[in-house]
Amino acid sequence: MTPGNGEDAGAIRVEGLTKRFRSFTAVDNVTLLVRRGEVLGLLGPNGAGKSTLIRMLCGIMRPTAGCVHVAGINVVEHAEAVRQHLGYVSQKFSLYDDLTAAENLRLFGGLYGLGGQALVARVQWALAISGLDGKGDVLTRDLGGGLRRRLALGCAMLHRPPILILDEPTSGIDPMLRRQFWELIHQFAAEGVTALVSTHYLDEADYCNRLALMSAGRLVALGTPHELRYAAARGDLVRVECDAPVRAAEMLKAVPGVHDVAIFGNALHVSITNMEPEAALRASLEARGIACMSIEAIEPSLEDVFAQRLGSDSREEPAD
Amino acid sequence: MSHPGESIVAVRGLRRSFGSTKAVDGLSFDVSRGEIFGLVGPDGAGKTTVMRILAGVLTADSGSVEVAGCDVRRYPESVKSHISYMPQRFGLYENLSIDENIAFYAGLFGVSRRQREEVAARLLALTGLSRFRSRLAGKLSGGMKQKLALICALIHEPQLVLLDEPTTGVDPISRGELWHLLYELQAQAVTLLIATAYLEEAERCNELALIHQGRLLACDKPEHLKRRMAGEVLRLVTPDPRSARDYLAAAEGVRNCVLIGDGIRLVVDNAELRMPELRSLMLQTELRFSSFEQVSPTIEDLFVAGAAGLLQGAPQ
Repeated sequence: MTPGNGEDAGAIRVEGLTKRFRSFTAVDNVTLLVRRGEVLGLLGPNGAGKSTLIRMLCGIMRPTAGCVHVAGINVVEHAEAVRQHLGYVSQKFSLYDDLTAAENLRLFGGLYGLGGQALVARVQWALAISGLDGKGDVLTRDLGGGLRRRLALGCAMLHRPPILILDEPTSGIDPMLRRQFWELIHQFAAEGVTALVSTHYLDEADYCNRLALMSAGRLVALGTPHELRYAAARGDLVRVECDAPVRAAEMLKAVPGVHDVAIFGNALHVSITNMEPEAALRASLEARGIACMSIEAIEPSLEDVFAQRLGSDSREEPAD
Repeated sequence: MSHPGESIVAVRGLRRSFGSTKAVDGLSFDVSRGEIFGLVGPDGAGKTTVMRILAGVLTADSGSVEVAGCDVRRYPESVKSHISYMPQRFGLYENLSIDENIAFYAGLFGVSRRQREEVAARLLALTGLSRFRSRLAGKLSGGMKQKLALICALIHEPQLVLLDEPTTGVDPISRGELWHLLYELQAQAVTLLIATAYLEEAERCNELALIHQGRLLACDKPEHLKRRMAGEVLRLVTPDPRSARDYLAAAEGVRNCVLIGDGIRLVVDNAELRMPELRSLMLQTELRFSSFEQVSPTIEDLFVAGAAGLLQGAPQ
């Protein structure tokens, strides 16, 4: 593929991508197409290969096999060229605490090769989207968590990259500020920016257009949050409110037709197939003298989906 | 020994400032014996400050704190034998083995050899770490380190364990395992007080205190909190969330409208009344949608509602 027709082929195009470290396969034959303007969530446990995949997308690491095109650039052949097209926001983004907001922006703008009036204009723009209009002189260390994340986003977007890579961008921030942050991401996406979000936080995943679940180097599921919630359920999911949840959970695992039981505070989430849950579960509980207050069908949360898709995988625990 | 319902932690009017920052600003709550209690709020809400005051390692400016019957402000030392405090970065010795780390903490708490061996064997079996006893802590995965830290924190058999963000940076699978372990401990009559910024996880607690800027937004069981929210939540799945929001955000009865990845979430005053109205509004447009239904509020919804003063008083 030649540079320039990247739009039709997708902003990020990964084909048969594999990375091996000696006998360990970190990324195993992954094929993935991310459309221009799409917000794609990349989920998976530590060691699933997310970071390795992202490093290969950024041209920091060479794949063992397969190809990667980002913004129409063949990353394997032109690793340096791709960097200008990427913005990166991490949970621990390296903003300099003892510089002001504007100084941080000027520093990063300089690193991206911006200067003169262009830089002044972009710094103004970044302050505005960070919610720091007129507050460029505030020391970065004095900014709250939400404003820091938005400033980091402003820094990453200074050079107008078409691709944005976000690593747990809103973990731990105030929910109101989190919504504002995602509002910005969706605004950029509407303007054609493609975002790849790597996260452990399933409430961040809800803000993504599609989710890619990785496990042991492979892509094990791909779809919108809605599709995954509905398609993933091997059976139905019911919420059981009962006494002694720990004892009840142990007991229900042995009931035929019950796949999995997870304790959720004052209730259990029980995934079942081919059974009449109300009668079977209630009878089993009451036979052991455990009072059952209610049983109701619920929609699986992304956390339930995740546990279902990945929970049964046996895995060693290498650091990612 | 345990008395269900009796409170093991009682906090009244707690305040603590750092310079001009009010980290904790008039907080009151109770933790009942035997429950998993969540202190829930974003970074900077004051969770760690509360934890440190409860553990007797930081003094309050004002208010009262009673833990396991001890007045912590007056006798900060006497509380320490009844509780365990696991800060975000628990100090494991990376060049000591699992067994050596456990022995070190047992020594620190003055635990007898017999008690140490008994408790360690039980907790190692529970955490699945038994076969790694001689492995250096530095060679353990993140999830295993977490479990070892928990064993060290439990070696003196405390009545109350304070866990400060135990699942930060932990992947969902290990997180599930950790929670399984916490429920096992709960079944052994240990009370757990957990600080978390991860709102989805908060649903796993028996009781929640939602904390925002050092103040309490609400304290209740998660299922009760959901009933206290003024308004109901709808989710519309559509390939064009932005247009959907433009059409619906200003419709009658819509209080709040948030873009999500594959649609929008709406908070409305009355779902039964508004769903048909909104549906006919959408049918007047070209907007395609694949699903439109009422969903249960998330803890994030509750938090946003609480900060806006839209959580009603306790039910009944």
